[in-house]
Amino acid sequence: MGGTVKVSIDGVEIEVDKRLTLLQACELAGAEVPRFCFHDRLSIAGNCRMCLVEVERAPKPVASCAQPLMDGMVVRTRGPVAGKAQKGAMEFLLINHPLDCPICDQGGECDLQDQAMGYGKGVSRFEEQKRSVQEKDFGPLVKTFMTRCIHCTRCVRFMEEVAGVPVLGATGRGEDTEITTYIESGIASELSGNIVDLCPVGALTSKPYAFVARPWELSKTESIDVMDAVGSNIRVDARGREVLRVLPRLHEDVNEEWISDKTRFAIDGLTRRRLDRPYVRRDGRLREASWKGALDVVAGRLAGRDGARIAAIAGDQVDCETMYAMKTLLEALDSPNMDCRQDGMAVDPSARASYLFNSTIAGIEDADACLLIGCNPRREAALVNARLRKRWLRGGFKVAGIGPDPDPTLPVANLGAGPESLRRLAAGEGEFAPVLAAAERPLIVVGAGALARPDGAAVLGAARALAENCGAVAGGWNGFSILHTSASRVGGLDLGFAPRAGGRDTAGILDAAGTGDIDTVFLLAADEIDTGGMGGAFVVYIGHHGETGARGADAILPGAAYTEKDATYVNMEGRPQRAARAVFPPGEAREDWRILRALSDAVGATLPFDSLGALRDRMIADTPHLGAIDEIVPAEWAAFGVDGAMDDAPFVSPVPDFYRTCAISRASATMARCAEAFPTPPASGAGD
Amino acid sequence: MSLAHGRPSIPDRQPVGFAFSDENRAKAEAAIAKYPEGRRQSAVMPLLDLAQRQEGWVSVAAMDVIADILEVPAIRVYEVATFYTMFNLEPVGEFLVQICTTTPCMLRDSDAIVDACRSHLGIDFGETTTDGKFTLKEVECLGACVNAPMVQINDDYYEDLDAAKAVGVLETLARGETPVAGPQNGRRSSEPVSGARTLRGGD
Repeated sequence: MGGTVKVSIDGVEIEVDKRLTLLQACELAGAEVPRFCFHDRLSIAGNCRMCLVEVERAPKPVASCAQPLMDGMVVRTRGPVAGKAQKGAMEFLLINHPLDCPICDQGGECDLQDQAMGYGKGVSRFEEQKRSVQEKDFGPLVKTFMTRCIHCTRCVRFMEEVAGVPVLGATGRGEDTEITTYIESGIASELSGNIVDLCPVGALTSKPYAFVARPWELSKTESIDVMDAVGSNIRVDARGREVLRVLPRLHEDVNEEWISDKTRFAIDGLTRRRLDRPYVRRDGRLREASWKGALDVVAGRLAGRDGARIAAIAGDQVDCETMYAMKTLLEALDSPNMDCRQDGMAVDPSARASYLFNSTIAGIEDADACLLIGCNPRREAALVNARLRKRWLRGGFKVAGIGPDPDPTLPVANLGAGPESLRRLAAGEGEFAPVLAAAERPLIVVGAGALARPDGAAVLGAARALAENCGAVAGGWNGFSILHTSASRVGGLDLGFAPRAGGRDTAGILDAAGTGDIDTVFLLAADEIDTGGMGGAFVVYIGHHGETGARGADAILPGAAYTEKDATYVNMEGRPQRAARAVFPPGEAREDWRILRALSDAVGATLPFDSLGALRDRMIADTPHLGAIDEIVPAEWAAFGVDGAMDDAPFVSPVPDFYRTCAISRASATMARCAEAFPTPPASGAGD
Repeated sequence: MSLAHGRPSIPDRQPVGFAFSDENRAKAEAAIAKYPEGRRQSAVMPLLDLAQRQEGWVSVAAMDVIADILEVPAIRVYEVATFYTMFNLEPVGEFLVQICTTTPCMLRDSDAIVDACRSHLGIDFGETTTDGKFTLKEVECLGACVNAPMVQINDDYYEDLDAAKAVGVLETLARGETPVAGPQNGRRSSEPVSGARTLRGGD
């Protein structure tokens, strides 16, 4: 196919790829063409008529978004013909539009408002009654004001094509056309918030953000999301001390321009149940303390204590700087007990290829067959699922799954529930084995559901053997990919925040705390572990939410959440990215690395850095690839996992409830409403 | 008949289930078989029509069943069913009387037909008689302008009407008889009212 064509646009001659549409060519030539329905990630609808341009020798203006290019086209995007057509289209669009911009949440960032400035008449010739449309109930996230709708159908196309949850449509016709689910149900999709961004007018707006702020009041900070391990690029909009909304930023290789609903809407959890001052347990009760008092108590506990009796567990949203500071402090205290795997995922910290999403997220598009082992991407990493669906839509992509029977947005053949099915597949049995064998670039995605269990190392070994045997790791292609759910996991493993020689892992630390072999435990925002069995151990909680981890703590040192610190996160692909501070931590809470630095001072084992820059320099010196921001240093293939017996228990997804997976989302009222409106179907293991 | 299509007009009176009769199920399969493999969704109109002929109208349950059969999301069927006015989205009487009032019929005094039907049946547009026999509906052009004014009752056209003839048709139906469809003024199809003047053969 390929090839280029020469076209002349507003007198500018350019040579462009002939697969582009005329509208895209106009953009490349520097001509601005107004549009509403066209979106370069959705199919072409051509129904708003705003992008009409004049093409020489065409009998009438053509909709440039739906016009293929031809060699020698002479196009005018302005002038009497195109200008009049665009103004006419705008006048028709505004006929039934309420023009209620002063009370519309889209005001100030509205395509219709902006383009009406350029192409509108300023006065209306329409004197008849405008139509009005009943509001729809799209669930707790998307607020509707359907009278404003101009029927571009971007939302309909997004839900069908990208989200794979085709519940929206245009019913009726002509004047009675409405965008609706018809049967009055919410939009049960993890990506539904994106239709708020896509809507070019104020018909679909954010329900939690309704009437909260105007865009020009907000300070905008480019940052990184930590609600899952995708590392979505986000923009954090804040006013004063409060984060008001999160929007996606474009990153073709990670999140394209979408984010999940948890990323977008869990932020109200940042203001609830926060730890805003230090606490120390005295006489069995947590009492407020000063920083000095709290640090002295912890330092007193650490002083002279055998390092083997000290341990640390990092939570799922901890940044690299915090873990590096903690690890450095533990080393100074001579403690080998640390782990960043709350769930006990049996990846091999010494073999980077054993814990990366080696194919990369964008690499999914190069795969030609996919096996999901013990994971449900839709719940565990919604944007990985969107990428799988994007690949599947292109055709020639068979997907099979072993483990929890997901409610996928693409067809997944269920091969069984647990290791037995994996063994059968490895032995070449079943219909999918030849598919995998014939694939040139097979993708094998292994989730925590398969690895975070007692026989995890054996499952990892079996998956690695399968990957090697089916050619998933060959000729520059590495299709062996671990699907993480934790934003801190890969960064922690890269830093070596895992048991050192003779050290204990998460389960070991918890056991030893129960038996008294370990008596001082640091929890870095670790809220997803069962702290009930820690017995009399002295627990220091450094984190931002007063939740399970803080409840049983003996000292609480309030830290910063992800929107409140400059920090490095490494996503599941092994891509280091920098988050930036959008607001200050509440009350007396401080950035976590500063807390550890101050504590080290009080203990008398002062950490060798006193600025974030110095910390980062040392961290990068120890782990060079963390300095290569937004670059993936591929992992070298190695032997990992063990060849052992696998239990026959079915794999279970680690995300029973998409909307509530971390302290922030569990504190969020919006997420609670979502969980109620869209209950996750029980992740049942399908029978073998 | 409500014009609000964004939601079912009678959410409270929707039946919980629907199933095609064996005969209609076979017809549905025949309709689907007319299209190439993988293009089942093309049969959405014939299937909606079958459902309507079976039940008299198309319920949400029927549309859901059709979506399942055609392997498309339910909303794709709702879109089609709400687009076409010929699909009844709420129950209608045994005889659906559709009176054309578009310009040619109006100029031939369709208003008189409307008044006659209204007063004879005692109902307005969008209503059904209490005995469940007749539903009255105003429609746009049905394409029989040369025989204006006209009404469509179920599948038949009754043309060249006046008020008395329209009532006559309704009375015949009410008696359980079937009036002869087509022009009601004695002419054949759309031949000139005053008799043929050309192509008269030998005379």
